[in-house]
Amino acid sequence: MNQSVFRLTLPILFGYLPLGMAFGVLFTTQLDYPWWAAPLMGLVVYAGAGQILAVSLLAVNAGLLEVLIAMFVLNARHLFYGLSLLGQFRGAGWRKAYLIFGLTDETYSLLTSRSRSGDRHHEQAVDFRITLFNQCYWVAGCAAGALLGANVTFDSTGIEFALVALFIVLTIEQFRALGDSFPIWTGAAAAAVATFLLPAAHQLIGAILMVTLVLLIQYRRLRSARLQEGLEHG
Amino acid sequence: MAESWYLAAFIGVTAIATFATRVIPFLFFERHTDHPLIKHLGRYLPAAVMALLATVFLQRSANWSADVPGLDALLPGLLVVVIHLWRRNALLSIAAGTIAYMTIQQLALVPA
Repeated sequence: MNQSVFRLTLPILFGYLPLGMAFGVLFTTQLDYPWWAAPLMGLVVYAGAGQILAVSLLAVNAGLLEVLIAMFVLNARHLFYGLSLLGQFRGAGWRKAYLIFGLTDETYSLLTSRSRSGDRHHEQAVDFRITLFNQCYWVAGCAAGALLGANVTFDSTGIEFALVALFIVLTIEQFRALGDSFPIWTGAAAAAVATFLLPAAHQLIGAILMVTLVLLIQYRRLRSARLQEGLEHG
Repeated sequence: MAESWYLAAFIGVTAIATFATRVIPFLFFERHTDHPLIKHLGRYLPAAVMALLATVFLQRSANWSADVPGLDALLPGLLVVVIHLWRRNALLSIAAGTIAYMTIQQLALVPA
């Protein structure tokens, strides 16, 4: 199982190591705190954009209430991820808390895109490994970046494109599994609108709100169409 | 000393805020797993979110003030799509796109 999970999470490794390192470098070069606080944040917070924002908040000694609100707003998109995993995580026992804790953009993408067998207990164990592997990559990246500081010599410019490529591949796979391109176009259009209208920090949550709204409208229309049909045939 | 307390409290607050965004749906919708609306969202939301993430991050990887705006990211992105439709091997598509992007960025093939 470990080998197949490693294969599945390999693109995340290529994305998380450099991004985690970027955070680690930023942390030690901008702040006066001990280096190990960077991997510690990767361990207990585990949020890419959130941790980068945390560095700038730490630098200005931001008030804790402000930190709480800023972090919640920045990560608010995760509120919608759980909705599609309620059934999948049901009955996962002790693993469940960790599965929820580790629900980053990338882990969510893998967990909702991969093919599954009928054996739910086994699939939850695989989900758990995927989440754990991903976090290991992230923490390792944070630690490496913090230790190396500004002395990073390997020119890895652009390697984080692995995550963009992963999202593209998973979009194609989602389309194949669903056989319906409507949500794909909705997502892309919402993202385009959000990037034109909103500042970078609010683009993801703005686009997710738009997408959810469109899906709600679609749900209502489908339901009233079904009711109509029921009336005509009933 | 005051500094390390601040750091500890800061990390604690950051961790709680992040976990809250992830756990809230499980706390409030757990009993409604079988509701048709939740099923509808569960079915269509991942595909929409994936397309959305791909679009936003592709846009952020690109240089829009280049001679041909965005070409430095759109080209590798297109390569990922083509190779994936052709071979349907996720790792191959991702590696090809990433190497293409890195080459373009590091050699500055697309003039800024």
